[in-house]
Formats: sequence, structure tokens, C-alpha cells
Amino acid sequence: MPAKSEPIKVELNTAGQVSADSGEAELLSRLRAGDSAAFETLVMEQGGRMLSVAHRFLSHEQDAADAVQDALLSAFKAIGSFKGEAKLGTWLHRILVNACLMRRRLQDRQSTETIDSFLPQFDSTGHHAERVPRFELSPSEVLVNKELRQHIRDCIDALPADYREILILRDIEEMDTESAAKILNVSLAVVKTRLHRARQALRALLIPFQQRK
Amino acid sequence: MNCRELTDFLADYLDGNLPLGQRILMTIHLLLCRDCRRYLKSYETTIKLAHAVGQPVPELDAPIPKELVAAILAARGQMR
Repeated sequence: MPAKSEPIKVELNTAGQVSADSGEAELLSRLRAGDSAAFETLVMEQGGRMLSVAHRFLSHEQDAADAVQDALLSAFKAIGSFKGEAKLGTWLHRILVNACLMRRRLQDRQSTETIDSFLPQFDSTGHHAERVPRFELSPSEVLVNKELRQHIRDCIDALPADYREILILRDIEEMDTESAAKILNVSLAVVKTRLHRARQALRALLIPFQQRK
Repeated sequence: MNCRELTDFLADYLDGNLPLGQRILMTIHLLLCRDCRRYLKSYETTIKLAHAVGQPVPELDAPIPKELVAAILAARGQMR
């Protein structure tokens, strides 16, 4: 079912430092022993939540499902290296994020698009070149307005890949700057600069929607 | 401080990472500049909108579909 993709780099997330509880320890033990029923339990217990996370990165249902499959298979291969220092769910989450990012990168064409056109313009004195319109979209509306939610997702998808990834990791996944830098293999300064620009660009992309309302 | 400089510092301002001197300059500019007040508010709201999009919604927080479970188990079987 899924398209063949590159191997996923699996890293232990030691940030949590939470011991696995006895049920999880038993599941881990069975997974390490290659128990098929344990793998099925893992899929059933974690799959729904993982699919929900994958949807934050990947708009299409099939892509999200494929990323979950990639992540679970990678986890199964790497289960021997998992020391149980973090919760199994935390470890799987990190693997899934990598799988989603990889799948997005495979989809993204080499793009020459620039984010500059979405950034605010200033006059020669450093003041806003144009009046800044009121911004009337409401976060609470997102939960009840499917059209708005889909529009925001489309706008995030429209961001250049390097910026979109940072925005998803920092503002949606709520990953800290250090973790995002590590997962994307860039410096802290690059994360901060790209995040700021990504937010500005997303803001600019959302303006026409509120004017349409 | 002008609008361009204020815009550059927005993320640090919201994170509370701006030195006191710059924070004071920014506050003064915000008092005087309606465009920057609106820009700051829209920037903050954009962050909240992005975050809200990531919150679980009932139709996406369902159990994993049976077909996907079957596909994953089949793919795992082929690995062995």
C-alpha cells in the first residue's frame, strides 16, 4: 500500500526520562522478542493517535496513513535500541515526526518560490508601507468552522517547505527550539528566523480569507 | 524604534526574551503606532490559529482504521 520511502533515522528521545510502567514494560519485552501479537497491540493502541498527529503534517489521508505505517515499521525494526528511558508513545512520536517530514520532502518539488513576497513591506523610513488591516479571525472559530480550518491548513501547505516544517514543529507540535533544530539539523538561529518568517507569511496568506467572509 | 525594527523583534517580544531597554522602546512605539498594534495582534492570533488547527477534532481522533491495521501487519509480515 505505501510508496517505498527512504529509511527513517530513529533517535531515542531521552527528554522525557519517564520510566515505562509495568504494562508498557511487558509490551516492550514482547516486542523485543518479536511477538506478532504485541506488534498488533502496539498498532491498535498507538495507531489512532499517531494518525491524528500525521494529519497535522500531511493533508491527504493516504499520505498520513503511509507515514504511520513507515513509522511503526521503523519502530519495530529499532525496538532493540529503545531503552525505555522515555515513554514508548514519546519515542514513537519522534519517529512519526521524522516519517512525516520525510514524506513531505519526497512530495515537495524543488521550488524556487521565496517567502519574501509574504513579508511586510516598509517605506524608506522603516514604517509600514501600507495600512495594516484589522485581523478578525478567531482561534476558537477554528474548532467549529471546517472551512476555516481547511483554509489554514491549505495556507500552511502553501508555505515553502523549510518554513512550513518549522512552523508545524514549533507552533503546532509545540516542540521547543532546541528539539526542532536537532530534528531538522539546523542551528537555533535558523529555527528562530524561519519561524518568525513563517508566521508572518501565514498571517499574510490568511488576510484574504477574512476579507472574503 | 521604527515599524521594521519592531517587526523584527516580535517573536522575542512575545517569548519574553527582549532586553528591558528594547521592551520599553517597543511598548512606546506600540502606544503610538496603530499599524504595529494591529500587526502584533495579528501575529499573535496567527500563532494561535496554527496551534488550534493542530488540536484533535472528533473525526480525526478516531481509532486507527481496520484496513490500515491490516496493511501495517501485512507489511510487517513481509519484513521477516
